[in-house]
Amino acid sequence: MFLSLFPTGWGHYLVGGLLIGAGVSLLFILTGWVGGMSTVFTSTWSWVSRRPFFQHARFVDTRAWRLVFALGLIIGAGIWWVWMGPVGGLHTDIPLWQLGLGGVLVGFGARLANGCTSGHGICGLSSLQMPSLVAVLTFMATGFITANAVLYWGGH
Amino acid sequence: MSFAKFLAVLASGAFFGFGLALSTMVSPEVVLSFLRFQDFGLMLVMGGAVCVTVLAYQLAPRLLGRPVLGGQFAVRPAVLDRPTLVGAAIFGVGWGVCGVCPGPAIAGLGTGNWAMLVALAGIALGAYAQGYLQDRKAP
Repeated sequence: MFLSLFPTGWGHYLVGGLLIGAGVSLLFILTGWVGGMSTVFTSTWSWVSRRPFFQHARFVDTRAWRLVFALGLIIGAGIWWVWMGPVGGLHTDIPLWQLGLGGVLVGFGARLANGCTSGHGICGLSSLQMPSLVAVLTFMATGFITANAVLYWGGH
Repeated sequence: MSFAKFLAVLASGAFFGFGLALSTMVSPEVVLSFLRFQDFGLMLVMGGAVCVTVLAYQLAPRLLGRPVLGGQFAVRPAVLDRPTLVGAAIFGVGWGVCGVCPGPAIAGLGTGNWAMLVALAGIALGAYAQGYLQDRKAP
C-alpha cells in the first residue's frame, strides 16, 4: 500500500525535500531572509522597468540577493547534473505551448497571491501562517482539476 | 551585500537547487503525475522541506536573537485576502497545465533542460503582467 503511493521509490523525494528545507533554513539562519522563489520574477523587473509597482522598496531592496539565490539554485542543480544526472541533460516531453501558457498563469497567479509552492508552501507553512495553508490548499485543488482536465482533453 | 552574505545566499540556493533536482521536482512529468494521483512523492518533498524549515523559522529567532551574518530575522507577511485566493487559484491552473513552478523553472536550467526556458519566460511575462495591472489599478 505504502509503496504503491510511490512507484518510483520514496528515498530521493524525502532526502531532496530535506535538502530544500536545509537551503531555506540556512538562508534564514545566516541572513534572516525568507526565500520563496516567485518574488525574484517581479524584483528582477525593477532593473529594467520604471513602472512604480516594480520600484517598491520590497523589490528594489531585495532584488540583488534574490537573483544570487536564483543563481545558487542553478548551480546546485548543475552539481546534481554533473554528479548524478544524465549525460545529455534532462529532457521533457511536455509540449512547449503547455510550458509557455502554464508559465504565464503560474507567474501571474503566484505574484498576485504573493507566493508559490516554496513561498506559501515551504516558507508560509513553516511560519505557521493560516493564509498560506489556505493558499496551498487552493492551488493544490485547482492544480488537481486542471492537470486531470488537460489529460482528459488529450494534453500531455 | 557583503561577500560573506553573497556566499551564504549562493550556498543556500545551491542546497535548494540540488534538492529540487535530486527530488526530481525539476521534471514537469513528475509534478504532473502527482497532480494526477499517480505518485505522491511531492508530498514527501514538501513535508521534508517543511519539517526542516519549521524548526529553523521557529527556533532561530528565539535561540540566536539575530541572524549569524547580521541584520534582522524577517517575518513573512500573511494576509488572507481576495488577491491571495484568486492568485493561488490561477497559479494552480497554470501549475496543472505545465507542471512547473518558479523554483524548478530556475533550477531546471542547471539540469540542461532547455525547454524550461519557455516556462521561465512565461513566468517572467506573467509576473510582469501582474505588476502592470497592479499599476493600472492603483497608480
